[in-house]
Amino acid sequence: MGAIYRRELGAFFNSAIGPVFLTVFYLGSGLLFWLFCLSYATTDMSNYFAWMRLVMVLILPLLTMRLLSEERAQKTDQGLLTAPVSLGGIVLGKYFAALTVYAIGIAIVFVYAIILSFFGTVAWSIVLSNFIALFLMGAAFMAITLFLSAFTANQFIAYVLGIVGLVVLYVIDFLSGTISSTAETVAANSTMLGTLLGWLGTAMESVSFFSRIYDFTYGLFNLSSVLLYVSTAVLFNFFTVRVFETRRWR
Amino acid sequence: MITVKHLTKRYGSHLAVDDISFTVQDGEIVGFLGPNGAGKSTTMNMLTGYISSSSGEALINDTDILDNPIKAKRDIGYLPELPPLYQEMTVMHYLSFVYDLKKCKLPRKAHLTEICNLCQITDVKDRIIKNLSKGYRQRVGLAQALVGNPPILILDEPTVGLDPKQMLEMRNLIKRLGKRHTVILSSHILSEIQAVCDRVIIINKGKIVADGAIDTLAQSMSQNRRLKVRLDGDAAEVLQALRAIKGVSKVQQSAQHEAGLYDYELTPVGNEDLRKAVNAAAQANGWNIYRMESGVLTLEDVFLKVTMGEWQAEQKLSASAATAGKTAESAAAPAATDDKPENTQEEAK
Repeated sequence: MGAIYRRELGAFFNSAIGPVFLTVFYLGSGLLFWLFCLSYATTDMSNYFAWMRLVMVLILPLLTMRLLSEERAQKTDQGLLTAPVSLGGIVLGKYFAALTVYAIGIAIVFVYAIILSFFGTVAWSIVLSNFIALFLMGAAFMAITLFLSAFTANQFIAYVLGIVGLVVLYVIDFLSGTISSTAETVAANSTMLGTLLGWLGTAMESVSFFSRIYDFTYGLFNLSSVLLYVSTAVLFNFFTVRVFETRRWR
Repeated sequence: MITVKHLTKRYGSHLAVDDISFTVQDGEIVGFLGPNGAGKSTTMNMLTGYISSSSGEALINDTDILDNPIKAKRDIGYLPELPPLYQEMTVMHYLSFVYDLKKCKLPRKAHLTEICNLCQITDVKDRIIKNLSKGYRQRVGLAQALVGNPPILILDEPTVGLDPKQMLEMRNLIKRLGKRHTVILSSHILSEIQAVCDRVIIINKGKIVADGAIDTLAQSMSQNRRLKVRLDGDAAEVLQALRAIKGVSKVQQSAQHEAGLYDYELTPVGNEDLRKAVNAAAQANGWNIYRMESGVLTLEDVFLKVTMGEWQAEQKLSASAATAGKTAESAAAPAATDDKPENTQEEAK
């Protein structure tokens, strides 16, 4: 796992993908920082973080799209799969390399906070918990986009699949609130349909990756949210390993 | 030691490898020979754990590649058909990565330098792989297989795409490696197998059609030791004299090659060596022998015999089975003529 992690990290920064990712990320986040913090002359970063979560949907698949697809396209996967390493080691080595680049990217929020601290008081605990929230959310999302990218040897398709996957999650999030409120209105006329819709709403809310993050933005650590993000990351990495395993049998 | 028992790989309804079994002892250099698409790469991919078999088992030093892949893979160095090289890395960084990947315990610098020298890639060790020529890439591919000094080397078409000089170098290198490693190498180039290997396994359509030491295989293939001689002298007289030799069952005269010189093919009764007797007859009659060839089949003959023979048998079967036999035959005929020039071309390379 260590060898693969180091090679991937090296590949990120020796190829265009690492610098391009960080440039785009810093440009985007810098713009948001200026828009929501500097131009309003506020040290409240919550608006900034809210928008960052949307930006992530677009840029996270960039980090995972080539990890598996390029190996397949270049046939280098043959070297990895015939080496004395486990499939889990291969997948996790790549996953953690992408996660590291992502962490380097979002660590910029501390620079922003330091800048703000010259102009006023910064709520450091909130900045820290926002950072952790962003990190955990990214960890879960990257496991999902990595899993989706395992189905193709084409980087572009891997990227599009990743975005589609994350947008679906966002839509679930968005609809869950609407469905829950509709359920209440419907319940007045038809109890059964109302209950069903209520269940659906609750189910969707429980996997609402985007709204769960609000607890963190107030500096609250909600264990169930942390568990959701971490278990999603573990589960989808496990799925990715299974995809590799089944491919061998075909 | 590699033990393969009833290994089968099925892709949907297509049988890529059909129930093959063989054993490779320590220190052997075994050649896998077969036309393109015969199942050589599939077999190698199963042996190295890249793909799983549909049924059967492959044991690497008594460890099943599917039951304990990590232990089994530790004993194998694999050069796939397309070397798994990361284009953006330098040769040394890449080999260093492979060293880490295989969790190699040998002293890093000394070991990698030794491999670079062995594969003759020392002068390109700081260059980016993307910029290397095909010959160098192939050698880097071999170098990565050698990292960790695995006892078994599995090389899938190691000389493909090389120029004649590089081919020769690669063969010599493999021969040298064969002294310290067990080697399985695949090729559809007959002369290559003949030059490098002690033993050959011929695969056709996913089945092993012949397995044995090259010489004994060739001998067992030819039913008897036919002898070809080129002689001067009056053809009718020669024929008569040759037929009179004891132990000769049949003499055939073929076309005149040079002025006054004819080729004769002698078939012995049993497995008798006729060379001495022919020589004596020539001396007694005052003929000169211009050429004499004992009719042991070459690997190429064996290969063609084995692969074409099966093809012909199948054709006969399908022709008798199908009512529209003629169309099947005419459709299949071009495939047969295609095969032959391809083989001779490869030989010429």
